[in-house]
Amino acid sequence: MGMTMTQKILAAHAGLEYVEAGQLIEANLDLVLGNDITSPVAIHEIEKMKVEGVFDKDKIALVPDHFVPNKDIKSAEHCKCVREFAKKNDITNYFEVGQMGIEHALLPEKGLTIAGDVIIGADSHTCTYGAVGAFSTGVGSTDMAAGMATGKAWFKVPAAIKFVLKNKPAKWVSGKDIILHIIGMIGVDGALYKSMEFTGDGIAHLSMDDRFTIANMAIEAGGKNGIFPVDDLCLSYIKEHSDRTPVVYVADEDAVYDQVIEIDLSTLRPTVAYPHLPENTKTIDEAQKDDIVIDQVVIGSCTNGRMDDLRIAADILKGKKVAEGMRLIVLPGTQQIYLDCIKGGIIQTFIEAGGVVSTPTCGPCLGGYMGILAQNERCVSTTNRNFVGRMGHVTSEIYLASPAVAAASAIAGKIAGPDSI
Amino acid sequence: MKNAKGTVIKYKDNVDTDVIIPARYLNSSDPKELALHCMEDIDKDFVKNVKPGDIIVAGKNFGCGSSREHAPIAIKACGVSCVIAETFARIFFRNSINIGLPSIECPEAVEGIEAGDEVEIDFDSGIITNVSKGTTFKGQPFPAFMQKIIDCEGLVNYINSSK
Repeated sequence: MGMTMTQKILAAHAGLEYVEAGQLIEANLDLVLGNDITSPVAIHEIEKMKVEGVFDKDKIALVPDHFVPNKDIKSAEHCKCVREFAKKNDITNYFEVGQMGIEHALLPEKGLTIAGDVIIGADSHTCTYGAVGAFSTGVGSTDMAAGMATGKAWFKVPAAIKFVLKNKPAKWVSGKDIILHIIGMIGVDGALYKSMEFTGDGIAHLSMDDRFTIANMAIEAGGKNGIFPVDDLCLSYIKEHSDRTPVVYVADEDAVYDQVIEIDLSTLRPTVAYPHLPENTKTIDEAQKDDIVIDQVVIGSCTNGRMDDLRIAADILKGKKVAEGMRLIVLPGTQQIYLDCIKGGIIQTFIEAGGVVSTPTCGPCLGGYMGILAQNERCVSTTNRNFVGRMGHVTSEIYLASPAVAAASAIAGKIAGPDSI
Repeated sequence: MKNAKGTVIKYKDNVDTDVIIPARYLNSSDPKELALHCMEDIDKDFVKNVKPGDIIVAGKNFGCGSSREHAPIAIKACGVSCVIAETFARIFFRNSINIGLPSIECPEAVEGIEAGDEVEIDFDSGIITNVSKGTTFKGQPFPAFMQKIIDCEGLVNYINSSK
């Protein structure tokens, strides 16, 4: 019996020739990640452990991104705790304000996540790095602490669902639409505990940024990880960003999957997830008929704050104005993306359209700051969760969509597809 | 490991970590402070009504969403002795064991237990008893090492104690 791509990576990191679904293993870690919310709890735990320092100062990444620049005194104290821990342990990859970005946009850009790696992060969207052919998964702060101390973590080897993506998606159909479509189909627990392994000729038509978006939201289907095969596009991305040598794993022909789901990308439409679960999906055609008036649009986050995302949104907004009373908030994912946006004139486009552009932060996505919703307000957001109260008041509503739909909706003042603008 | 016994508070499917502890309170990691806001976006009365030993019973995918360990920490700090669910989101399950909050999957028990029932859980055998209705259900027993983690109030103490 063969192994899936995920199983092969895990086997290699556990020093085993073969693993199967359900097996408990201990794997060596290539990277342990934390942010300003989860790291202070982990640091508190590691300080209770009877250990000398961390396992490898080069294999830990600390990225204060949720509430920075500090939103209040308590978050300032959290960031201080992370900063002091990084200094004390001489952590190579600590990213201060000015160098930081949203963690899952930043780490691939810095070349810290490459094909063949095993990565844990105390942030649920750590699954993003499956886009570059790594096994990466979200954990809690205690697992992060144990990982920082020992360089190891235990895993139950996951079973898998294989998604065969076929053909070329139509114009305006992005990675976000593909993953929302998938979550709509299988549900928010459709891949619970499992790997989501993406294959098929359709992948050749997806940019790296599309793949990051798809892998990022594997967790929203309950998945342990989402992973893409390593093709030439992926290898050139890694080469451009990292000096390390990627290790390419390919699923065996006779690998076992719990389910195989074929998706013809050419038939998909831009997709919107209605409140209050990412599985409540409708096509843009259905959503437009519902005539949903919007107060705010957020474009950014670890899901959709990359260069392609912002370029697509800017192309739609160029020369236009947002609807009267609309608040458009744009958050480039990293400082580099921010700079590239400035160079490309994209920031100017957003501001001239009536939007604001923020420094990289997770703020509004999780209702932290920089775009909190009041009672009964509605937001179209390119983020990843539309749970009750996620972005503010418990009666507020979040509609998840692609950057193209978000930009078009900002102009229309209601949920709208880019073709209608 | 000691049995858990208490009154049931019941919730539906897909209780996410954003409602267990909203992110607006994540500028703190103090369990006592987190406990003051546990569940407030889906059940304003939870914090007022919860008693030490109480048991949360819920549907599918309990704890989905964010990896914040603050979620099981808040539930535990409220005095909840165990969470029984049809299924758990995997990060929440891992976190809850790691911080010493027992969590058991048992769809039959979820079906056969109502809010307000008195329930007892024997972690050695995995037997869940609905004392109010006189019925029993078989959940998965906790293996010895997981019982030890919970007895030690979490993974870190367990690692320290086994050195």
